[in-house]
Parts: sequence; C-alpha cells; structure tokens
Amino acid sequence: MSRILKNTEENIFRVLMFISTTFILTILAIIIYSIFEKGIEFISWDMLTQTPKGGYYYGKEGGILNAITGSLLLAGSATLLALVIGLPFALFLNVFLIRRKKLVAFIRFLLDMIWGIPSIVYGAFGFTLMIFLGIKTSLLAGIIVVTLFILPIMIRSIDEILRTVPIGLMEASYSLGSNRSETAFRVFVRQAFSGVITAFLLSFGRAIGDAASVLFTAGYTDNLPSSLTEPVATLPLSIFFQLSSPVPEVQGRAYASAMVLTFIILLASLFSRGIGKRYHKTKINF
Amino acid sequence: MELFNRPIRHRINTIWMVLCLILIVSLPFILSIGLFLKSRLLLEDHSLFDLLFTKVWKPGDGKFGFYPFIVGSVWVTLIAMLISVPICLLTAIHVTQYTRKYVLRIIHPAIDILAGIPSVVYGVWGILVIVPFVSRYLAPIFDYRTLGYSIIAGSLVLSVMIIPFMLNILIEIFRAIPVELKEAALSLGATRWQAIKQVLVKKALPGIIAAFGFGLARAFGETMAVLMVVGNVVKIPKNIFDPGYPLPALIANNYGEMLSIPQYDSALMFAALVLLGVSLFFNVIMHFLISRYNKY
Repeated sequence: MSRILKNTEENIFRVLMFISTTFILTILAIIIYSIFEKGIEFISWDMLTQTPKGGYYYGKEGGILNAITGSLLLAGSATLLALVIGLPFALFLNVFLIRRKKLVAFIRFLLDMIWGIPSIVYGAFGFTLMIFLGIKTSLLAGIIVVTLFILPIMIRSIDEILRTVPIGLMEASYSLGSNRSETAFRVFVRQAFSGVITAFLLSFGRAIGDAASVLFTAGYTDNLPSSLTEPVATLPLSIFFQLSSPVPEVQGRAYASAMVLTFIILLASLFSRGIGKRYHKTKINF
Repeated sequence: MELFNRPIRHRINTIWMVLCLILIVSLPFILSIGLFLKSRLLLEDHSLFDLLFTKVWKPGDGKFGFYPFIVGSVWVTLIAMLISVPICLLTAIHVTQYTRKYVLRIIHPAIDILAGIPSVVYGVWGILVIVPFVSRYLAPIFDYRTLGYSIIAGSLVLSVMIIPFMLNILIEIFRAIPVELKEAALSLGATRWQAIKQVLVKKALPGIIAAFGFGLARAFGETMAVLMVVGNVVKIPKNIFDPGYPLPALIANNYGEMLSIPQYDSALMFAALVLLGVSLFFNVIMHFLISRYNKY
C-alpha cells in the first residue's frame, strides 16, 4: 500500500515537473511569436531608414532610424568602454592576485553586490552625478551610466572563463621569461578569447536593451546622433514613448520597434554561440 | 618596433589594472554615499519611520509617504515569487534528474534567450498578452472588472522575467551535487523520488534559498516591464486586481518634473537608496548562505 502511495507521489510530481518545463518553453515561444506577429504587421522599410518627420508622433510618416543608430552607438561604445575597464580587472584578479585567495574572494563578493543593483538605481545615480558635474542629458552621460551598469555583467562572465584557464599555462609562460602583464594580456586573453567575445556580446545585449538607466541620462531626440554632448534616442525609450501614445499607428510602430530590438538581441545571442565555437580551435587543450 | 620597452609596458598595464580595480571596488560605496547625500535634504525634515509608513503622497505640500509604493512593490514581488518559485524548482529537478541530456541542451539556450530579452520587450508582451488575459479571462473568474493594468499583470510579467535568472542558478546547484550522494541513497533502498526529496533537495537547500533570494532582489528592482503593466495609481491596493505603483516605477515616471521641487528630487533619490539598500541586503544574506553551502 505504502509503496503504491510512494509511487503516486512521484508520478504526480513527474507530471507537474513535465508541465513546468513545457510551460517555460511555451512561454518563450509565445513571447517571440506575439512580438514578431504584431511587429511584422506594422514594420516597413521607411521605419528602418528614416528619422521621424514632422507629425510622426501623430501617425505621419517617418521612422526610427534615430533610435536604431542611437542605440547601436550608445550600446557599442559603452560595451567597448566596459571591455577596456573590465578585461584588465578580470585579468588582475586571475593573474596578479592568484595567490591572495581571501582578497579575491572579497572582491568577487563585492562584484556580486554590484551585479545585483537594479539598473534604475544606476539611472538615478547617473542623473545626480550629471547634475553634480554639470553635464546635460547626452550621449556621453548615457555611455558613462550604461558602462557602469554593464561592467559587473562583463567582468563576471570574463572572470568565469579566466578561472578555467589552467595554472600550468601560467607557469609555462613565466618559465619562458614573460612577466605578469605579458602573461595576462598575451596568454590568458588568447586562451579565453571565445569567452571574452561571448561576454562582449552578452553585455552588448544588456546595454542595448536597458531602458531604466538611459531614461534619465541619454535623453531623447528626433535627430541622428551627431556629437557626444547632444541627447541621443534609444530603442527601448522609443518603444516606451510610442506605446504611451493614444494614436493606434504610433502604437503599432512601438510594436515594430520592439520587434527590431528583439531581432538585434537574438542576433547578438546567435553570434555569440557561433563565434564561441569558431575560436575554440585557437585554444590550447590540456 | 614596440612603443615602449617591456618594464615600462608592464608598469603601465599594472597601473591601469589597479585603477580599474579601484574604480569597481569603490562603486557600491560611491553609489550609496551619492544617493544618501542627495536624500539627506528629505531626511532632515522627515523621520525615516514617517517616510516609510505614512500614506499621503503630495510632493507639492511636502508630504512624502512611501507606504503605498512599498506595499505595491512588495505585492508585485511576492506574487511573482509565488508563481515562479515552484516552476523553477520543478523544472530544475526535472531537467537535471529525470530527462535525457538533450532536454538540457534545449532548455539552456531557451533560458539564455529569455534572460536576454529586454525588459521593455517584456513590457510590450505584457500589454499585448497578459493585460488582455487578465481583463478578459482571469478577473471575470473572480467576478471582478478591470482594464487589466493591475498588480497581478505586473506579477505575471515579472515572474516570467525572473524565471531564467533563478532557474540558471538552480540548475547549476543541482548539477554540482555529487552523484555519489544520490547513488548512496538509492543503494540503501530509497526510490528515485525519495532520494531526490530527502537527499538532493536537503543538500541543496541553502543554495535553493539563495537562488530565490537573488531572484527576489532582482524582482524588487525591476522597472520598465512592471511599470508598463501595473497601472501606476498612488493608492494602497486592496486586492490583486487593483492597480499598484511600485517604487522603481515611481522613480522612472517622475524624472522630468521633480526638478522644480528640491525635496521631490531628494525623495526620488531616497527611493533609489531604498532600492539599493534592499538589493544589497538580500545579496549579502544570500551570499553568506551560498558560501556556507559551498563548505560542505
């Protein structure tokens, strides 16, 4: 009797488990489907190649080229900047401080803290920082705040890869007479190259998709980005603003813009998978 | 050929690395201090208790009661957790213990994509799918009329957003448990389910709690997606079909108009400080749980 009961419990849970796994996959399919279904209905060539003309926000002609270029520029430069700061940082942890286990553990702890901070907090902080420094809403301010926001993401994923680099490689490099920074930048970077690319694309995806941090700092404009000190339009904000319009055409364009953003993100994720495999060859296997 | 000789290059590299280190390590402190300095103006006139537990929100009259926003945040977050916790736990056990390897190979990219979708897109999806679903199907079941922009809509969207985040940690935790442990239980005559329930889950418990804690902290700070579907009415919600107004939405919605009243500006920075505090608090606690778990 009790044996049957035991098995019934397992069976009930197996059904529940199966349902929840299917649920997650179905939800993903529904999200992608509903975004693309609505988006395709409203997308047009003009939307991708034109900036908003007069009356665009009442449903007249124009496009979101300002937001697309703005987002690519902002996210691209922020990710590059984060790489320039984040990669040396991760190398420092894994090459220079490799014997200081406690210190490294403490720094990783701090990193985890920073990683969990919501992006709106970065946005609010960035805003006060801008007022303090006397910068207006601009591409530059946006880049600074987005860089801070994606730094922990970048560092964490690079760090995870660098931790897998075997210590023998480091010893070999030292024994051939190279110093620590050469070991870091020439040996470790090369060994972890595919991981660095993945980290870059992951951070780029985060940077281009986040709205809360650029809301205060990057501003919004109908023009194409022209200088660092001018405001810049971003895709998430253009989606957000167009969606709050009462005009149905403009709302439709918000759906189309959401599709464009999702497409860029999916592309980045696809690339990171492909590239990760491709550069596996240059890695030394132990 | 080379720009500098080796020792100089080594020194430049090292200095740059140390500068990066200092920048990043000081970041949480700079954030906290900066936000605290900004919210001091508000804290001079209002006690912390008054701010957190009074209900009147009239920035024009200098009344800043954060209670409705805090209640809104707590409701949205807790309901989202109630929905996503069982799903994550069941799926994590399913894909690590029961299914074949290929399911894990399908679910991993799925999690990555879900985690990568921007929160604005989740918001659009919420407006397209969840809001009509709540107003047409879910609310009528409970005999309630609503446009759909409600606490429950926010929670549903939020629960989908934090699933990939928590599931990823959970799968890692379950995979890190040595298989011998389960084999030992099986060899003593336990069924597979007993081994999972009484050995695996028990062993992973600190990790499981930590995963949910990280998820909770993340959910509490999520802004755009929730803001777009939750209704944003400054009122203490009576049930889950009422609109709510979580803290992050408060900050995001008022960034333009706050400049005219200095205390208002200060109040929004205080809200950001509260979010930062909650996030740091949960992360610290969960971190210690995880590190204790790793010792075994």
